[in-house]
Amino acid sequence: MSPAAVELIIEIAYIIAAALFILSLKWLSSPTTARRGVFAGEAGMLLAIVGTLLHHDIVDYKWIAIALVLGTVIGIPLGRVHMTAVPQRTALSHAFGALCVTLVGTAEFYLRAPDVPKFMMGVLSLEVILGSLTLTGSLMAAGKLQEVLPQRPITYKGQNFVNLSLLGIAIIIAVMLVLDPSKMYLYPLIVVIPLIFGVMMIIPIGGADMPTVISLLNSYAGLSAAAMGFVLDSKLLIVAGALDGASGFILSVNMSKAMNRSFTNVLFGAFGQEQTTAGGKEEARPVRSATAEESAAILAAANKVVIVPGYGMAVSQAQHKVRELYDALNKRGVDVKFGIHPVAGRMPGHMNVLLAEADIPYDRLLDMDEINGDFQQTDVALIIGANDVTNPAARSDSSSPIYGMPILDVDKARTVMVIKRGMSAGFAGIENPLYYLDKTLMLFGDAKGFVGNIVRELTGAGHA
Amino acid sequence: MLAAFIGFEVIRRVSPLLHTPLMSLTNALDAIAVVGAIILAGEHKTTLATILGTIAIVSATSNIVGGFIITDRMLKMFKSSGAKKA
Repeated sequence: MSPAAVELIIEIAYIIAAALFILSLKWLSSPTTARRGVFAGEAGMLLAIVGTLLHHDIVDYKWIAIALVLGTVIGIPLGRVHMTAVPQRTALSHAFGALCVTLVGTAEFYLRAPDVPKFMMGVLSLEVILGSLTLTGSLMAAGKLQEVLPQRPITYKGQNFVNLSLLGIAIIIAVMLVLDPSKMYLYPLIVVIPLIFGVMMIIPIGGADMPTVISLLNSYAGLSAAAMGFVLDSKLLIVAGALDGASGFILSVNMSKAMNRSFTNVLFGAFGQEQTTAGGKEEARPVRSATAEESAAILAAANKVVIVPGYGMAVSQAQHKVRELYDALNKRGVDVKFGIHPVAGRMPGHMNVLLAEADIPYDRLLDMDEINGDFQQTDVALIIGANDVTNPAARSDSSSPIYGMPILDVDKARTVMVIKRGMSAGFAGIENPLYYLDKTLMLFGDAKGFVGNIVRELTGAGHA
Repeated sequence: MLAAFIGFEVIRRVSPLLHTPLMSLTNALDAIAVVGAIILAGEHKTTLATILGTIAIVSATSNIVGGFIITDRMLKMFKSSGAKKA
């Protein structure tokens, strides 16, 4: 075949692949067609890779083959991790993606320098800066999620100043390189400084901010890939990168809205600022607690129950017990739904995946806007390991640090039950007045154990 | 630009229910960066480019393979109550 014909074939393969990618995301909009979406994505990917292998510039396949095999060998276990490890796996894969982009950018720079056109150098800098800060940022995030690193946010005075200066310096150096690409000695700096920035950016971030951060890193990874598309003049890469960037962007906007943080606040990674001394230390206020037996009786007498899961459910792996509870209540004719706050858990949609893993039908999982109107007609709101997302202070107390954050209106239900290990405040370090309401029952214990006990009461004692 | 716009419209319609699979799928798609890496590793222009390209292929491929596997596993779990009764 003539080189021109091959070129055409590659071009067509890329266009089809890009179309398949877009279809793939479109099908993902509904659970019924979502799996088709994955197949479309796979087909597109295969087509793109095969097309690329035909490329006439390629003279040696040895390293490509080795690398493809090695990547597959690493990828398979990464695809088989436990569902509770999905957040850190996702963070890790952002790091891999960013690594790839940074390396390619670096190689391209040294191949082309010193004669790099201004536009090219600009997008290349963007690619490398975003890539390297995403690389270390994601590794830090994965470390925190895996609890290899302390989850507690670490803050110090002038943190934002240090971080912004680092980023600023990287951008200034990038501009200098754009103006004069022959200053090749500057290049390593636009890799190293963002690498440091990535670490610094995640240090002040605590667990509950992770959904936003992961989305943001997702967006950065996508944008850097799109920038790489401009460098390599590959429309396919631009499309895929833009899709990824857009999806990360939308998710981060959603997440920051759900936490009532401004988006600029998120963009600059300025998290964890509000945990000063907001929590009053009024531990002595009376709360009502109940045993598994009592709560089982209340649940059994209810008509409508809404279960609100949070990170606590993920930590204690309680989703299968929750499923048993769901079954037991269903059998008694109790209507059970799940109310899921957008930032519950450690990444967007985290709770949905865990509950789906436990075989709970997805049409029972409702997000905040869908469920909030229901609480008034709800007999029992059962909160499992969630805290700040149910705190009515966000609605009523303008001095509260989380004031204005949209919450699940669990306090409107007739009875509220909270499974919690102790009275400690949630991530934001704020007291939850919900716990002191007359209609609130505190169920102290590990989520998995306690739900298990309720189930036993419902199934065993119920029949007697 | 057009892609970003289409992407925006399409992704906005993905329900919060599927946000985690959405993220892992876009991640896998993002690994299309592998095409750039493949060319780098195959061109054999400089040793540096070949080495960097090879490592880049490894990391991108692991994302492709891992990303698609886990997305599919997650989606397999989502069942509607209607489907279960049938």
